[in-house]
Amino acid sequence: MAQLNSRIPPGALSEKWRRHKADIRLVNPANKRKYEIIVVGAGLAGASAAATLSELGYRVSCFVFHDSPRRAHSIAAQGGINAAKNYQNDGDSVHRLFYDTVKGGDYRSREANVYRLAEVSVDIIDQCVAQGVPFAREYGGLLANRSFGGAQVSRTFYARGQTGQQLLLGAYSALSRAISAGGVQMHVHSEMLDLVIVGGHAKGIVVRDLVTGEVTRHSADAVVLATGGYGNVFNLSTYARGSNATAIWRAYKRGACFANPCFTQIHPTCIPVTGDYQSKLTLMSESLRNDGRIWVPKRKEDRLKPPGSIAEDDRDYYLERIYPSFGNLCPRDVASRAAKRVCDEGRGVGETGLGVYLDFSEAIGRLGEAAVRERYGNLFDIYHEITNENAYKVPMRIFPAVHYAMGGMWVDYNLMSNIPGLFVLGEANFSDHGANRLGASALMQGLADGYFVIPYTIGDYLATQKPGSRSAADAPEFAQAEENVRAITRRLLGVKGKSPVSDFHKRLGRILWQHCGMARNKAGLEKALREIPALRAEFWESVNVPGSAESLNQSLERAGRVADFLELGELLCRDALTREESCGCHFREEHQFPDGECKRDDANFAHVAAWEYAGEGVAPVRNVEPLVYEAVKMSVRNYK
Amino acid sequence: MSAATFNVTLRVWRQAGPGQPGRFVEYAARGVNPDMSFLEMLDVVNDELTLRGEEPIAFAHDCREGICGTCSLTIDGKPHGPHGGVASCQTYMRSYKDGDTIVVEPFRARPFPVIKDLVTDRSAFDQIQQAGGFITARTGSAPDANANPIAKEVADLAMDAAQCIGCGACVAACKNSSAMLFVAAKVSHLGLLPQGQPERDRRVLAMVRTMDGLGFGGCTNQYECSAACPKLISHDFIARMNRDYAKAVFRAAFRPLPADAGGE
Amino acid sequence: MELGRNLFCSTIGRKLIMAVTGVVLIAFVVGHLVGNLQVFEDPDRINGYAHFLQSLGPALWAVRIVLLACVTLHIWAGITLALDDRRARGDEPYAVNRWIQAAFASRYMRSTGYIVLAFIIYHIAHFTVGVAQPATFKTNIAHYTMKGDYHVLGVTVVRGGTEVLDVRSMVIRGFENPLVSLFYMVAVGLLSVHLLHGADSLFQTLGLRNHRWERFLQLVVTAGCAAYFLGNLAIPGAAVVGLLK
Ligand SMILES: Cc1cc2nc3c(=O)[nH]c(=O)nc-3n(C[C@H](O)[C@H](O)[C@H](O)COP(=O)(O)OP(=O)(O)OC[C@H]3O[C@@H](n4cnc5c(N)ncnc54)[C@H](O)[C@@H]3O)c2cc1C
Ligand code: HEM
Ligand code: HEM
Ligand code: SF4
Ligand code: F3S
Ligand code: FES
Repeated sequence: MAQLNSRIPPGALSEKWRRHKADIRLVNPANKRKYEIIVVGAGLAGASAAATLSELGYRVSCFVFHDSPRRAHSIAAQGGINAAKNYQNDGDSVHRLFYDTVKGGDYRSREANVYRLAEVSVDIIDQCVAQGVPFAREYGGLLANRSFGGAQVSRTFYARGQTGQQLLLGAYSALSRAISAGGVQMHVHSEMLDLVIVGGHAKGIVVRDLVTGEVTRHSADAVVLATGGYGNVFNLSTYARGSNATAIWRAYKRGACFANPCFTQIHPTCIPVTGDYQSKLTLMSESLRNDGRIWVPKRKEDRLKPPGSIAEDDRDYYLERIYPSFGNLCPRDVASRAAKRVCDEGRGVGETGLGVYLDFSEAIGRLGEAAVRERYGNLFDIYHEITNENAYKVPMRIFPAVHYAMGGMWVDYNLMSNIPGLFVLGEANFSDHGANRLGASALMQGLADGYFVIPYTIGDYLATQKPGSRSAADAPEFAQAEENVRAITRRLLGVKGKSPVSDFHKRLGRILWQHCGMARNKAGLEKALREIPALRAEFWESVNVPGSAESLNQSLERAGRVADFLELGELLCRDALTREESCGCHFREEHQFPDGECKRDDANFAHVAAWEYAGEGVAPVRNVEPLVYEAVKMSVRNYK
Repeated sequence: MSAATFNVTLRVWRQAGPGQPGRFVEYAARGVNPDMSFLEMLDVVNDELTLRGEEPIAFAHDCREGICGTCSLTIDGKPHGPHGGVASCQTYMRSYKDGDTIVVEPFRARPFPVIKDLVTDRSAFDQIQQAGGFITARTGSAPDANANPIAKEVADLAMDAAQCIGCGACVAACKNSSAMLFVAAKVSHLGLLPQGQPERDRRVLAMVRTMDGLGFGGCTNQYECSAACPKLISHDFIARMNRDYAKAVFRAAFRPLPADAGGE
Repeated sequence: MELGRNLFCSTIGRKLIMAVTGVVLIAFVVGHLVGNLQVFEDPDRINGYAHFLQSLGPALWAVRIVLLACVTLHIWAGITLALDDRRARGDEPYAVNRWIQAAFASRYMRSTGYIVLAFIIYHIAHFTVGVAQPATFKTNIAHYTMKGDYHVLGVTVVRGGTEVLDVRSMVIRGFENPLVSLFYMVAVGLLSVHLLHGADSLFQTLGLRNHRWERFLQLVVTAGCAAYFLGNLAIPGAAVVGLLK
């Protein structure tokens, strides 16, 4: 059994982080440059960590599979980033952000982590503005804010519809500066394919150069994974096509615990699917819910009628009806499930019946088309490009889509996994969002982890490691890991079957969406647990990966990632099956209130499930970290 | 909405590796749905190639929503395809009709060597960025974000420039393979903001020197770049950079240097 | 030195040089046209003007040297940049070559420039050195006697009765050959095309252009170039059809 010590510092919640910073071990400045740190990933979490660690004097090597650190998936985040600045004077505070996040996560996150996140949120905005992130401003020159789902205050900072882009470019510019100063060795087109454990500690990685196919070993005193979310396990999602679970999955197979894998967020406002060829679902920013009203026809018969011809009285503004106080701004899981329910009732719109209207006619009437264009113009343009429909004239059609992975590597308060020396940041860890993430909180978490948490907490580990004690890359552990990587590649190329990789990815996605999506039940999950291993077996018999391992081979890249998804998908279902309650995004049909709301089981499931790999073909071990709530009272989440 | 499917012919640049000879190969794309994106159409063609045991066409892509800057196809001679203001991944097959022949090439420019088929190496952009495309703001040393108000017009203009996705279409479209629009966008974004002032001169000098050193061409003010740019970044920023550069050159040459410590 | 390196080695620096020399050259060609248009008035005017210019001596040489330097720099920068630009494009051309929107004139700057250069050389041989058509060169034809005084800014610079070179006759007789006239007309036409892009482009290069006034700038430049072309066309045109006597 893995040791799960959360290392939550003692003391009052609001004092923990300050005290912890004062108490943890420090590395002598002169010694810092003797430590080598590997950072895998250069999204918000990885880039900010690599840049800051090198500013502190550590020697950093950063690896990304992208051709440039600027292309990490963080670039796609649209809506904004939360921070408890209270610039709007509307009563926001660190405590309120903390509280909203814990409640939004349906009481399945760690209080101490969330409180720290809310505390450092304030510094993030300062840091980003200093770097030149052009956040939206008011005429008076002060920063502007908007409100986002799950909150009743305006605490979201944004840069048009491209907040993630601007934040990432800020972190990328800091990273670029560190690279030019020689503090960071950047390795692009380099996919981490294995973690190397020496003496029980994470001491290196094995990497494949995606352009030349060369496999190399890299040793370090500590390894930081910031490789993003694994939502692409569903195939269709709002993620970039390249986003994958490989780095954390291979770490899992080396002993790192995978926490709450079934917690995947389904975002309510995405453009609906049109056909089987579809490769990607596009998010329409949640900010649209500020002014758009969501509805479906009251009667099934009306669902294919032109929306304009449906009288006001025949429309069901179901979110406003069910949740009068939060209305269209209720949290994502709540809004997504409500959409699923109305579609299940046969009232969904569009040809597929899998869609609801997001209507701006009221806002256009109230504010004028120009004002709506000013606020959301680029989103309306995106919508038009994809659907060929003009949302100023007809309501948008939206449907939920897989969007974010709350689950991830289990980490302690220091963001270190159960493998000493292995740190996990950003979406790749499980730390702060519980069973549901609030909008605009992922960017906050990524940057908090990278700029403000890891720079302190990694020292606590490194101080226990003698400078210069790291093992050389020719140690047997490295050789074994390299051989493992080569073997996987050989195996993938060796199958030479009939079906393209995409085929398996699509089929896996369909199984998961159906049985481990917005609603789950025992029978479905058990079915999925039979289907996935069968699909995996078929994959290894009949996948066709053309080309060679010695050059750029996109089929091979994808095959490796899909192979991991085929294993991870099973873990998702297993986790969903064992969590016999409904909470946040995890909705078990067996556990609901009569009105269809989540029925949590705090007595038995107020814990983190941290799965431990037990070997090929052996059921993984479910470890448990109990969640203790001292500052907030666990209550039934209520957005009514 | 889904209309009748149709067929097109693709003439695609195939090249096995860097520095190797390439050639055009014709492929038939059948059953194209007008709602497909251009890349989804290529996915389908690639799956067919795989089934036939041929190597699929390598093309760069990631976000598929026009923001990561990875996709980079020259379609019928125009970087990112027929429409203005969108990336290749945002080009939809409804722009084509049955029987069309579509020529697909990589982004071409000497500083962007072809890696394989339609994939090019654009790391030159990272090098330009590393030369000075940043504001030095050591983590933890920032003043309160509202301490320095910035006029909305200035912040908005900076944002216009900051939107660049680093795709390189500007270089691909420019007859001189000039990287002026990309560099100007970064120089302007940072130079417009008060935070960017301390490093303003060194930034523009260093970035331009690196840009030239990497072998990008000069600008002859033809504005093909801004027309091909998926973010429609304005060439006004090029003018702004030219001015910044001129000022910086003269300031660097004539500005008094701080007296050396221990002077005389 | 930094300054030299930043101006002469960088792409933007060389463009700045082209723009600044371009301004000087524009000032010259426009001033030259205005002076030349005096050919339509009394012979006293243009001949007095030419005499005055010749009498400037060292000042004239100073101006010539500046102009020569500008042309040289302009051309040097133009050619080196053109070579760099071509190299930057790489060896593999696009199979489909397309212009999206670049202005017509901007696509032929080099060609128009070279022809203008050829013209300048011929033109100096023609009217300044007298090797192109020696028979009608100003020193080889009857001199002209000023009927009255010639003033520049109200100051009398050439007195009546002075014997001066008959530049007017040289020009008129020089253009009697239709081929020569035609070459002039084509050359000034191409120069106007060169300026159509150049005069607009230099504002961009100097950082003085943006969307808010680019329309206006283009209008002014187009009108200016058209006027410049017509003015220049008028002289050989009038001579060849016999309007100038
Ligand atoms: C469409 C969309 C919109 C969003 N909008 C918002 C929003 O408005 N607000 C908000 O707060 N959040 C938003 N999110 C969520 C948020 O963007 C992400 O959670 C966050 O950016 C993740 O950052 P990251 O640094 O953890 O990972 P990423 O940005 O995904 O970076 C992962 C990095 O790891 C590298 N990598 C991965 N695997 C490997 C490997 N095996 N080897 C080497 N390198 C590897 C990649 O190259 C990349 O550099 C949005 C997400 C999506 C999909
Ligand atoms: C069609 C119109 C033109 C006419 C009639 C004309 C006429 C003349 C004449 C008569 C002279 C000799 C003056 C003298 O030495 O007495 C002269 C000189 C010159 N012209 Fe022109 N010109 C014309 C167009 C141009 C153009 C378009 C250019 C430039 C591109 C040009 C450039 C020069 C130069 C460089 C000199 C030499 C000045 C010197 O003595 O240093 N001319 N021109
Ligand atoms: C009387 C003569 C000339 C005048 C008035 C003139 C004027 C100009 C001007 C104003 C520009 C614009 C510079 C800028 O973009 O900032 C320009 C550009 C240019 N000129 Fe000339 N020019 C003259 C002769 C020549 C000659 C002889 C050549 C020969 C090669 C030449 C080649 C070019 C080229 C290549 C450009 C570049 C266009 C660009 O980069 O935008 N020019 N010229
Ligand atoms: S300026 Fe435009 S075309 Fe050039 S890299 Fe940026 S986004 Fe791409
Ligand atoms: S197309 Fe090229 S010439 Fe200049 S204005 Fe753009 S870089
Ligand atoms: S794939 Fe990201 S911009 Fe096209």
